[in-house]
Amino acid sequence: MAKHDLIGGSIWDEYSQKVQDLMNSPRNMGQITEEEAKERAGKLIVADFGAESCGDAVRLYWLVDEKTDIIMDAKFKSFGCGTAIASSDTMAELCIGKTVDEAVKITNIDVEKAMRDDPYTPAVPPQKMHCSVMAYDVIKAAAASYKGVDPDHFEDEIIVCECARISLGTIRDVIRMNDLKTVEEITQYTKAGAFCKSCIKPGGHEKREYYLVDILAETRAQMEAEKLKAIADAKISGNDSDLAFEELTVVGQLKAVEAVIDAEIRPMLMMDGGNMEILDIKKNDKGIIDIYIRYLGACSGCASGAGGTLYAIEAVLQQNLSPNIRVLPI
Amino acid sequence: MRVYLDNNATTMVDPEAFELMKPFYCEKYGNPNSLHRFGSETHPALRRAMDQLYTALNARDKDDIIVTSCATESNNWVIKGLFFDHMLNKEKDHIIISAVEHPATGAACEFLKQFGIRVSHIPVDENGLLNPEDLRNLIDDKTALVSVMWANNETGTIFPIKELAAIAHENGALFHTDATQTVGKIKIDVQDVNVDFMSFSAHKFHGPKGIGGLYIKNSQPLTSLLHGGEHMGGRRSGTLDVAGIVGMAQALENSNKLIEFENLHVRRLRDKLEDALLEIPEISVVGDRAHRLPNTILAAVKGVEGEAMLWDLNQAGIAASTGSACASETLESNPIMEAIGADKELAHTALRLSLSRFTTEEEIDYAIVHIKKAVERLRAISSTFAYTPQGHVSGL
Repeated sequence: MAKHDLIGGSIWDEYSQKVQDLMNSPRNMGQITEEEAKERAGKLIVADFGAESCGDAVRLYWLVDEKTDIIMDAKFKSFGCGTAIASSDTMAELCIGKTVDEAVKITNIDVEKAMRDDPYTPAVPPQKMHCSVMAYDVIKAAAASYKGVDPDHFEDEIIVCECARISLGTIRDVIRMNDLKTVEEITQYTKAGAFCKSCIKPGGHEKREYYLVDILAETRAQMEAEKLKAIADAKISGNDSDLAFEELTVVGQLKAVEAVIDAEIRPMLMMDGGNMEILDIKKNDKGIIDIYIRYLGACSGCASGAGGTLYAIEAVLQQNLSPNIRVLPI
Repeated sequence: MRVYLDNNATTMVDPEAFELMKPFYCEKYGNPNSLHRFGSETHPALRRAMDQLYTALNARDKDDIIVTSCATESNNWVIKGLFFDHMLNKEKDHIIISAVEHPATGAACEFLKQFGIRVSHIPVDENGLLNPEDLRNLIDDKTALVSVMWANNETGTIFPIKELAAIAHENGALFHTDATQTVGKIKIDVQDVNVDFMSFSAHKFHGPKGIGGLYIKNSQPLTSLLHGGEHMGGRRSGTLDVAGIVGMAQALENSNKLIEFENLHVRRLRDKLEDALLEIPEISVVGDRAHRLPNTILAAVKGVEGEAMLWDLNQAGIAASTGSACASETLESNPIMEAIGADKELAHTALRLSLSRFTTEEEIDYAIVHIKKAVERLRAISSTFAYTPQGHVSGL
């Protein structure tokens, strides 16, 4: 929230002149009939995307030269707001003269950029980006129809941000490669979440299957677990590195536990003037590995030592080493 | 030509009320709570304005009419104020509202849920009407408040407030009505309907924006939400907006005087517009005319998305409204349309047209021409609707 956001106003003020002109006079609105296709010696393709129940639906007509795969003509019809009409019109325009394979590469970003009055000012406000998303999907549907394949043929990745067309794999990779810690950083690196913002967290402009906050939390958790495992592995003698925790020698187990405690638990205890030490590790008759510990400093005598702190230590060791671990304070 | 058909959103200020407001900006601008002459010279106008408000609503001397900033404030005050008075200690933990309340009521109730308050909703039928028996089924001895708007802002449907208030009282609950769309359009008598609280907002009946009121029967206790002064008898702190109060009171008096005109002239123009809309194939209007405000039409225009329709009308100089999601921050369709059982497809085509006593026949004739043009153009573009000038309609 900032000064600009406090007043609000008509989203129409944020439409480019091109968008406004296309809303009033779309150039490619209409349909192509079978008769017309025959006369012009082309193959007629009709593809639908969206539904009236969602407030947006588009029908795309292509006339394709089967010898060259070139789209000779494109028309559209649209149930949707003005920006949906303008986006559909631009999408149809961009298809004309391209081969089907080239047209499939047209994204909603291309459509939005083509409607800008100048290269630096968005053609529509962020919450209207979804209106151009349909363009990408209906082209895919038309191409699938032409080639006789499933529309998924053109999309084998899960798209998290429809507006910027960023996949789940890309977001996970970017978080890992750049050690990203916030959603804002993900947006800076990928543009995911920069437009209608629906993919950032639940409750946005439209419902999404994946949200950036969840992907970030999940990927960060995986990264932390891997980091701790790597530290633990490094401290275990070389030959033991591929063994499961249960299969390690007691010395190996001790080293692994120490490594996780050093990385994850000890710094927190020390911040409060406390500490802990590992006294023994024993496997009981039921296969549970009991780790006996003793609290030191401020932790000894602390009420949380038998409650929250104990559960936290146990959870971290279970998560990183083995679910069969039990921690027993002495 | 400019035609304003969005009077349920806000109205132009009554010129007579505006004239009366003017002296209180640059001449008689003293704080009415000050002791000096600059302050006290505003009192005669204040007293007169309050008398006008009490008379217009038929309130008694022992009732309170507290001036607030708007009906949103009044609605929030009742709901949150009663939370402190009746619900905080769990003596009563239940509020009942209608399924089509304005967010000023609905969201305030949702807010209270986090403090353990239960909220129930009275459903409405396909005409936007509710059945008082549904209130009987929902109410229990833990119900602190029943809050139902007098008339719905989208459909114009008028609810049986007198009957609903009686059911609430029979069951030991207080009754509040948000009369924002009703005051100034139909005759209000708070003694006849026997409500405990009633909210209203001046800009809906040709008063200024930023001022409204809350009627409180028999000075019923209600915890104040604004503290820090002794204004309005200590019930609502904040320096009095004398100009606003004077303007609101005069606007209400004038609206009440013209209620017969509203019900004849405005209703006739509304019906003319509605009849013309219904001549267009595949257009439906929500609710029957007998149970609706005389100025309101909520139409569903098959095959035409609401915002696209608003765009075309705006190009022709016509202001209307839609609850269609595309004009808002979320993609959810109009909740009122969903509450009355319209399918999602129809909900995206909702068009609200609301007249006022300043609407002219010429404006309605102009609107009819341009609405028909817009429907024709947008249905020709529509991917889910085929339309020909002969009136033949078929889904693709």
